[in-house]
Amino acid sequence: MSMRMGNVAGFLRKLGHAAVERVWRLGFAARFLLAILAYSGTAFRRLHLTIREVYFSGVLSLLIIMVSGLFVGMVLGLQGYETLQRFGSTEALGVMVALSLTRELGPVVAGLLFASRAGSSVTAEIGLMKVTEQLKAMDMMAVNPIARVVAPRFWGGVVSMPLLAALFSAMGVLGGWLVGVVFIGVDDGAFWSQMQAGVDFRFDIVNGIIKSFVFGIAVSLIAVFEGYDSVPTAEGVSRAITRTVVTSALTILALDFVLTSFMFRGTS
Amino acid sequence: MNRTVLDLWVGFFVALGLAAVMFLALKVGNLSSAHLSETYTLQAKFDNIGGLKVRGPVKSAGVVVGRIVDIKFDPVSYEAVVSMDIDGRYRFPKDTFASIYTAGLLGEQFVGFEVGGEEKMLKPGDVISKTQSAVVLEKLISQFLFSKAAEGQDSK
Repeated sequence: MSMRMGNVAGFLRKLGHAAVERVWRLGFAARFLLAILAYSGTAFRRLHLTIREVYFSGVLSLLIIMVSGLFVGMVLGLQGYETLQRFGSTEALGVMVALSLTRELGPVVAGLLFASRAGSSVTAEIGLMKVTEQLKAMDMMAVNPIARVVAPRFWGGVVSMPLLAALFSAMGVLGGWLVGVVFIGVDDGAFWSQMQAGVDFRFDIVNGIIKSFVFGIAVSLIAVFEGYDSVPTAEGVSRAITRTVVTSALTILALDFVLTSFMFRGTS
Repeated sequence: MNRTVLDLWVGFFVALGLAAVMFLALKVGNLSSAHLSETYTLQAKFDNIGGLKVRGPVKSAGVVVGRIVDIKFDPVSYEAVVSMDIDGRYRFPKDTFASIYTAGLLGEQFVGFEVGGEEKMLKPGDVISKTQSAVVLEKLISQFLFSKAAEGQDSK
């Protein structure tokens, strides 16, 4: 009896510890974001630091984003055609592909890919800097590691993400066009004109860009924070990288729900 | 501070991203045509708007001449008040008839203007008095069925 009581108490203690730990980390992450914003001056004054990070997180993600966008668009074209031809409205393929990409799939899938391609490498880099005590060394030399290391990586990610999401959507539309018009033979004029009639610039495209911008902030913050907060051992860094990918994915999907319910509720 | 190859790649990346946004804006969206620079507002009251939606088109002779910007319920007259932004290039006579049509059997609903012969034109903010409500398909079908049933009883 007392054995079982002990188990229950231990379980509750663990649960409480985990909950307090989460809240603690959340608070630290919020303070960390404020610190990044406060020390962002260096990232903009010495712009080449930020440009270097745009190269690492943006340019090096180009290939995976563009190829994935193309394939997602092609699958949308195939599946959309398959469903729409049952109702004899295959001309609506263009609208379907463009709306699903600009509103949802572009920002979300590009965000997930960005988190696993660029976010994880940022976490690994900062985590290893912590393991090899480079961050401490900077502090010793009166160089603020948040201003010198963290802020440029954060802003590099924030700049790259909307551009990558727009590229993903554009490639997806081209992929849908390739399958729908070139391979299957949907009418080219109807494909584009229906798309242009159904997609509104401010409502659909700008909202998609806002989404990708928010995801960029979230993923970049999570990536730099997990790296900075990692336990400075080999195992600790590898755990931090896993956490970056998992937390980013969950955050993107949860934020997407919240943003969608604000942006697209109750209209058309 | 020197120029590096890295800058070239980042410039290439940013240009590509902006090109994608331009592509989305001009080719996928309708920034070039449908965003009317100058518009004026007209209102119309309907008994029943059916499935009319905000942002739906306003058409005259089949051409899109405006967009629906707001749909409200008037608690005094118990009617739906539909506000529309009309392209500033087009003016419509006072006796214009506003009806709600459906594109195809199950397509989206839109407001159609049938132009009358009056000399005076509608001014911005005017309310169109002659309107026709949406055709509710269920009502039509039930009317048809009842009339058929009545015919059947008559012939007995």
